[in-house]
Amino acid sequence: MRGPVVSTNTAAPVARGSRRSRASTSRNSGGRSELRIALFFIAPALLGFLAFYLFPTLRGFYFSMTQYNLLGTPKWIGFDNFAKLGKDTLFWNALWVTLEYVVLNIGFQTVIAILLAVLMQRLTQSTLLRGALLLPWLISNVIAALLWFWLLDYQIGLANQFLEWIGMSKIAFFADEAWAIPTMAFVNVWRHMGYTALLVFAGMQTIPKYVYEAASIDGSSEWSSFWRITLPLIRPVLAMILVITVTGSFQVFDTVAVTTRGGPVNVTRVIQYYIYQKAFGEGQFGYGSAISVVLFAILAVLAALQLRLLRAGESDLA
Amino acid sequence: MATIEATAIADAQQRRRRRRLAPGRIAAWVVMIAFLALTIVPFLWMIRTALSTTRSLPSDPSSLLPVDFTWGAFERVLGLSSQEKAIAEGGSGASVNFWLYLRNSFIYATAVTLGQVFFCAMAAYAFARLRWPGRNLVFGIFLGALLVPPIFTSLPNFILIKNLGLLNSFVGMVLPSFLMTPFAVFFLRQFFLGINHEIEESAALDGAGPWRTFFRIILPMSVAPLTTLGILTFITTWNDYFWPLLVGNSEQTKVLTVALGVFKSQTPAGSPDWAGLMAATLVTALPVLILFFAFARRIIDSIGYSGSK
Repeated sequence: MRGPVVSTNTAAPVARGSRRSRASTSRNSGGRSELRIALFFIAPALLGFLAFYLFPTLRGFYFSMTQYNLLGTPKWIGFDNFAKLGKDTLFWNALWVTLEYVVLNIGFQTVIAILLAVLMQRLTQSTLLRGALLLPWLISNVIAALLWFWLLDYQIGLANQFLEWIGMSKIAFFADEAWAIPTMAFVNVWRHMGYTALLVFAGMQTIPKYVYEAASIDGSSEWSSFWRITLPLIRPVLAMILVITVTGSFQVFDTVAVTTRGGPVNVTRVIQYYIYQKAFGEGQFGYGSAISVVLFAILAVLAALQLRLLRAGESDLA
Repeated sequence: MATIEATAIADAQQRRRRRRLAPGRIAAWVVMIAFLALTIVPFLWMIRTALSTTRSLPSDPSSLLPVDFTWGAFERVLGLSSQEKAIAEGGSGASVNFWLYLRNSFIYATAVTLGQVFFCAMAAYAFARLRWPGRNLVFGIFLGALLVPPIFTSLPNFILIKNLGLLNSFVGMVLPSFLMTPFAVFFLRQFFLGINHEIEESAALDGAGPWRTFFRIILPMSVAPLTTLGILTFITTWNDYFWPLLVGNSEQTKVLTVALGVFKSQTPAGSPDWAGLMAATLVTALPVLILFFAFARRIIDSIGYSGSK
């Protein structure tokens, strides 16, 4: 590796030469000339980053300290929004139902994904099968939600026809208070299980074959090989998958927005839907921003915890 | 000698294990097929329903074939059916501007994809191939944007787009993801890092500047990852709901997902037009499914490598 500092010194006379010769030896002239070119190349992305990532992040914190109904100008009110949050039972309810949703969604999704990945590895490497499992992930949340809204319809949906056929009573999946959140979780598990399985499967390909062979010679059964080898060795991959899926799961919105819209009563009024309603439906933009700050904080803490607990940085393979 | 023996033992064990595990293998296939069925059957039911007559659906709700077969639902969705016919078959009779929403979805997804892939390729080139002070720091800061949840930036971005007077315009919808996403920069940088330095150096000796190197060497050599990223970006953008709902809710900019979202609330108190709804979801999903079937292997292989999309 040639460091830029070293090459700046050696190439100094060249750099003072004509424009043409400088360009022709740009690899050696290092530092200065490439900075200007680099700035040119990252300029659009940098603008996008500053305008639509950094600026709104800072502004989001600012809005959370204001009273703002989208029409006038934001009025600074300090931490009033957060004080109000503490007493807002709908907010705590939203937090609670979201948590319930996340636990169900991630719990089932992760277990099923690992199961499918192990099955794929043992049974077949078929691209066709992997493609089929990926299908639900390709369609939008909105379509998945509407499709299951129909399949789980109380009157004539396929699922309830099936329940009747095996002699059980019908279930109002989206309308029953006890079933609404599990149903939302199910729809999203259905959409993501194949995709997550492929991620886990990809992680499992990094485990060298000889590890399994050695275990098998030592008389280890498939079952214990899974617990002793597979699971510990895909831990870093699993940690990354968990961070990504948990973060995504907390921001569930589409499924709720096109089916129950928060009902029945408040059982599916998840946190992002509540933010949406406050900020855009009820003109309390500052208050909505305050809730999004809380969500941001929760996600940051959770991500840090997961990475630490699962020691994502280190691999047992090393 | 010892190795041969060891392999022989291992082979024998493996053979024994395979025989012993035959019932296990069958059970594994049963589980796998059950999950495949759970994945595929809803799609088949979607097609079956879309080809049925809505009014006849309750008469035979568990029929595996379309009930009272008709293309009527598709005709309704595509605006080819008269109002009387639509109502007779169980539609709402309200006209759906499906073609307009389809156009809008195409404009939105295509613009985002082209801009994002090109500008992120430029940035990735600077991060992977050029040497400049602060390169890794800036890259790290870019990646930091991954940590901010989209909902958090969506609210202030909405205000920004509103203040710029760009609400309900394609420019406003496209802008936030047009110039960069951290994922796209990261994804392309990984590929650009792997390109051999010698190729660039010989180009530099021939007098090619960075701009020409980027266009004539880096981009042509990276057609595969650029296509993969393009497909993934197009699919994600096509499926977007929240952002277009916020800033593109007028008739002229409404995309398919947003239009589908209101479909349910439009139906009168009675039973929804299920056949029409399923036909509409099918046509909405079609472009993405076609893309997938065309590039299936590439998309499947990219998952796991890319990790987060």
